[in-house]
Amino acid sequence: MAIEVPENVVVTKLDELASWCRKNSLWPMPFATACCGIELMATGASKHDLARFGAEVFRFSPRQCDLMIVAGRVVMKMLPVLQRIWQQMHEPKWCISMGACASTGGVFDTYAVVQGIDRFIPVDMYVPGCPPRPEQLIQSIIDLQEMIQREGTIEGREFELASRQQTKRALVELPMYGRIPDGRTNDGRPMSQPIRNLKSEI
Amino acid sequence: MPANPATLAALTARFGPLPTSEFRGQTRVVVARDQLLEAMRLLRAELRFDLLVDVTCVDYLNYRDAANRFGLVYLLASTDTNERLTIRVYLNEPQLTVPSVIGLWKGADWLEREVFDMYGIVFDGHPDLRRILMPEEFTAYPLRKDYPLQGRGERHNFPVLTRREA
Ligand code: SF4
Repeated sequence: MAIEVPENVVVTKLDELASWCRKNSLWPMPFATACCGIELMATGASKHDLARFGAEVFRFSPRQCDLMIVAGRVVMKMLPVLQRIWQQMHEPKWCISMGACASTGGVFDTYAVVQGIDRFIPVDMYVPGCPPRPEQLIQSIIDLQEMIQREGTIEGREFELASRQQTKRALVELPMYGRIPDGRTNDGRPMSQPIRNLKSEI
Repeated sequence: MPANPATLAALTARFGPLPTSEFRGQTRVVVARDQLLEAMRLLRAELRFDLLVDVTCVDYLNYRDAANRFGLVYLLASTDTNERLTIRVYLNEPQLTVPSVIGLWKGADWLEREVFDMYGIVFDGHPDLRRILMPEEFTAYPLRKDYPLQGRGERHNFPVLTRREA
C-alpha cells in the first residue's frame, strides 16, 4: 500500500537535511596572516558578496566558527596558535588552506616558515594562487559545500574515516603532480607519507 | 651628511686615533669593545647624539678579507644638529659580550634584544635580555652565517593534529 504524501511535504534523510543546513551557513574563522588575507577580506566585502553562499559572517572567536580559512604564511611561532584555535573550534569543522604559502610554504623556504599547514592540521580544500582571486576562494567554498552535502552525516561519521586521519600534502594532491587512484603518489609512496624524509632534515 | 669634524676631534682627543671611514657621506668610526660604553656616553652627553636609530649586526663569516667575525653597528643621530654617525664594534668568539647602552638610550631595549635573538651577542646590563622574534624555546641564532637557511628542522617540530584528535 502506497503512503500518500500530502502536498508541500518532502521526504529526505536526516543526514542530508543536516548537511544542507550546515553547508548553507558556514561561519568562517579568518586566520589571515599575510597578503592572502587582503583577498580574503575582498571576498567577504560587498563586491564579491560571500553572503550569496551563506558564509559572510566572519567571526574572530573560534567558538563561533566552523570553517577555518588559513590565508597567508604561518611561521613556526604562529603554528601552536593555529593549532590551539583549530582545537577550540566546534565540530563539525572544515579547513581551507588559501594560497601557496598556507598550502606549501610558497617561496618562503626558510627556517621560520612552516612548509604547509597540512603537515600539522587537517585540511579539506586547497586554493592555489599567490594570492588566489576571490573567485577562486568562492569556488573552494562552493566545492566544500558540495563535499559537505555529498558525505556529511548528522553525527559527523565522515570525520572518523581512516582516509580523513591521514596527513595530506598539497603538492601530492595537485593534479600537476599526477595521482594514481590507489592513493599512491606517482613515485609509488603511499599518500600518507610526507614528501620529504623529515628525519633527515632534522 | 658627514659627521662634524668637531665630533671626530672630540672622540680622537679621548681615545686616540680611531679607524674612520666615509661612505656616501656617512661617517663610520670603529671603537674597541672595552671603550664602547665610554664612547657612547661621550656621544650622548657631550656631543648631543640624542637618538639611537638602530642597533644591528653583521656576520662576516666567509666574507672576503674579513678579519673579524661580527661587526656590531650603532646608528646614532642628533636631532639638535642633524648629524649622523655610525659606530662599529668588532667582536670575535668567544668574547661576544658588550655593555648595554640602555642606560643612555631607552630605545636600545628591543634593538639589543633583536641582535641577541638573531646573533647571540650578549648585552651586559640589559634588564630583560630575552628573545624577541623567535619563540623562547628556539636554541639557535638564525642570522649567523653558519646557520642553514632552512633551519635545523625546528619548523617541523610540532605535534600533528588528526581529525580524530581535534
Ligand atoms: S600565497 Fe602569495 S599572496 Fe598569499 S600569503 Fe603567500 S605570498 Fe602572500
